[in-house]
Amino acid sequence: MGFLELHAIRKSYGPQVALAGVDLRVAAGSRTAIVGPSGSGKTTLLRIIAGFEAPDAGRVTLGGQPLADGPNAIPAHRRGIGFVPQEGALFPHLSVADNVGFGLARNAPNRAQRITELMQMVALDLAMLTRRPHELSGGQQQRVALARALAQRPRLMLLDEPFSALDTGLRASTRKAVAQLLGAAGITTILVTHDQSEALSFADQVAVMRAGRLAQVGPPHALYLRPADAVTAQFLGETIVLPAQLSQGWATCALGVIAVNDNQRKGPAQIMLRPEQLQLTLVPADPMDTDTEACLGVVEDIDFGGALCGLTVRLLGNPQTDRPSAATPLLVRSPAIHIPPVGSTVQITVMGQAHVFAEAVA
Amino acid sequence: MRHFGNPHVSWVGTAAVLVSLSALLPLGFVAWVAWQTGWETAAPLIFRSRVGELLVNTALLELATVPVCAVLALALAWLTERSDLPGARAWAAMAVAPLAVPAFVHSYAWMTVTPSLHGLGGAVLVSTIAYFPFMYLPLSAALRRLDPGMEDAAASLGLGPWQVFFRVVLPQLRLALCGGGLLVGLHLLAEYGLYVMVRYDTFTTAIVDQFQSTYNGPAANMLAGVLVVCCFGLLALEARLRGHERYARVGTGAARMPVRSRLGRWTALAWMLPCVTSLLALGVPLFTLARWLIAGGTAVWHLDVIGAALGQTLVWALAGGVLTTVVSVPMAWLSIRKPGKLQRMVEACNYMVGSLPGVVVALALVTITVRVALPLYQTVATILLAYMLMFLPRALVSLRAGIAQAPVELEHAARSLGRTPTQALWSITLRLAAPGAAAGMAMVSLGITNELTATLLLAPTGTQTLATAFWAFSSEIDYAAAAPYALTMVLLSMPLTWLLYVQSKRTAGR
Repeated sequence: MGFLELHAIRKSYGPQVALAGVDLRVAAGSRTAIVGPSGSGKTTLLRIIAGFEAPDAGRVTLGGQPLADGPNAIPAHRRGIGFVPQEGALFPHLSVADNVGFGLARNAPNRAQRITELMQMVALDLAMLTRRPHELSGGQQQRVALARALAQRPRLMLLDEPFSALDTGLRASTRKAVAQLLGAAGITTILVTHDQSEALSFADQVAVMRAGRLAQVGPPHALYLRPADAVTAQFLGETIVLPAQLSQGWATCALGVIAVNDNQRKGPAQIMLRPEQLQLTLVPADPMDTDTEACLGVVEDIDFGGALCGLTVRLLGNPQTDRPSAATPLLVRSPAIHIPPVGSTVQITVMGQAHVFAEAVA
Repeated sequence: MRHFGNPHVSWVGTAAVLVSLSALLPLGFVAWVAWQTGWETAAPLIFRSRVGELLVNTALLELATVPVCAVLALALAWLTERSDLPGARAWAAMAVAPLAVPAFVHSYAWMTVTPSLHGLGGAVLVSTIAYFPFMYLPLSAALRRLDPGMEDAAASLGLGPWQVFFRVVLPQLRLALCGGGLLVGLHLLAEYGLYVMVRYDTFTTAIVDQFQSTYNGPAANMLAGVLVVCCFGLLALEARLRGHERYARVGTGAARMPVRSRLGRWTALAWMLPCVTSLLALGVPLFTLARWLIAGGTAVWHLDVIGAALGQTLVWALAGGVLTTVVSVPMAWLSIRKPGKLQRMVEACNYMVGSLPGVVVALALVTITVRVALPLYQTVATILLAYMLMFLPRALVSLRAGIAQAPVELEHAARSLGRTPTQALWSITLRLAAPGAAAGMAMVSLGITNELTATLLLAPTGTQTLATAFWAFSSEIDYAAAAPYALTMVLLSMPLTWLLYVQSKRTAGR
């Protein structure tokens, strides 16, 4: 039993299908990220969980309590679910203190103390309490919005792309701080984002959404290394997909014979590698020294990127092994310290196992 | 062009200051008259029971009308912008349409339907009908612009729909409420024809009475002084209520479209409000006009006389529109391209004078021309000057928005592509600002077309506009003969009112 359960959620806007049957379970105290390209329906799903919209069909339950059953839904203000919208949506006519205390009763005895606690929780200076939202930076606004939502002691916290308005450096640090904070408070959290790296680093469970459906749900590392299909693989990061012949846990492909994570399959299949799994070593001018089984390539282009550089490598067909040569050049991620020069010949070795895609259901 | 950089020698700055100084004429007149009259003469003219009566009348009118307008306009704005009311777009247009009917034509219509209508009740009823669109326009625009994310956030914090409205939505509407309320309040102070018809004395009606009986005595001038104080009181009150808060959406990015509330079983009841409002605000004037036009038949259509009045109105409206727009160019330019202390002061002067009732402006110009420049008394030049002083803010607002459409970077880009500064100004800035200028001109012309008070006092003898001709006939209770003039004014105002409606949609960014 999950803490939050979504069962067969459907929602359409006129002829436009936003959600085409979504099932999702979220464990108590966990962090889930719903990630997908824009228009995939992830924001609609979040708004249905929050109660701003009712599904056309399907059930939402939270801790066993039904929240929505088709169009019959408990309105948002009776759900006790925290919500941090994009851009924070702070109330511009109220001070920071009044924004944070907005959901607390005005005559609550420990109101001021609670506001102070919340400010400390989100690591904001108490001097900011008297300021107006427009006097804060983007990151501070997001923290105030989070404090405002935390004031309710919500059972579930929903974050709607809260970091997308922040600049790169601030984004990573705010994300980390928010993840730690919510983890420490033990609040079940759902983050919606279109940024796969954000989803992978934030959550214990990632749900990839595509065209109104959840394409795959699972822990971040599993999704990254063992995606269900090529589209999901590509969405979560750069991929190398190669045709291969499988046999007893080994695949024969353009890169030679490499280990795969499936011992059962035999015959033709599509295998996937991440660019950082490939390692390049410069081959000396005399080719006689090299292992004849080795896979060789020529560096065609270097995209210098600081810590990690992108190298385009064209595979050299090996006449001795009659191995099929990949038509498109490979993209390899390599540390900047020892990158081979353009035009040099390199040996390509594979670290770890390749992932075998499930057979396409015809 | 070089000189724009230096405010001390800028001809734009000089022109702006000169225009503002001329705009200060009416204020200077009030101060000068007060000083000339002396305290001994002035005090008994100011502290008398008649002034007290007028003050009470004016205060009651303001206190009753502005809140009623606010509630009606807010309800209509919410229904048309944020609910699923069937035909919301049509109702939105209908809520603005009463502006095409001049206030004194509204009262003429009501006097026909219920001749016994008079006093405070009648004044509040007709004023509300005539002026609520001034509050509807900013309120509907503000509701449309509101970030729905804030309402979502409030709901997730446990607030029900009504609490969300009162604690989140309503405070965001404060600027629109204050601005619209001020506009209605100032119109109530300035209106003449409406209150004469419903027999309700205000300062404006008393001043015109006094002027017509004793011509230019100190009594009228002192009343005008008190009226100016009332105006400034309203301005100060609005500034206080408005506060210094920022209501712009915090953060960047596109806001989601707001979700419209479901009315459900309340739909029929909600429909009643725009229905009844439109019936009162549009049905009554149209019905009355049709009735008098049918009763009058062809006999009331003296085409030569009507044509002359129409021609006169058009010439003045056009000339006044062009003059006012041209004169406002330096100030609009300064406020966008060289904002600073001087510009803010100059602009404040203009808005303040623009808020003065036409009767004060007219009285000032009468006195000044009679005492200082007699040859100008009752000439076209004087009346155009009066129009300019009264309607300068309208031109300024539109023109400023137009110039803001052409950021200086565009001019720089044009110059980097080989245009001379003058060519850049002509081909980029003026081209982009032209729609704003045209809109401003149209707004001024609309004002002049329906202007009655100042025109009555200042028009050269023997000339008649549509408004003064209408007024002459309806004062003689010849309602049938007045009808063609009213109809012409309404027809002339319709396209401009439509423009106002479209513009308000555009400023909201949708």
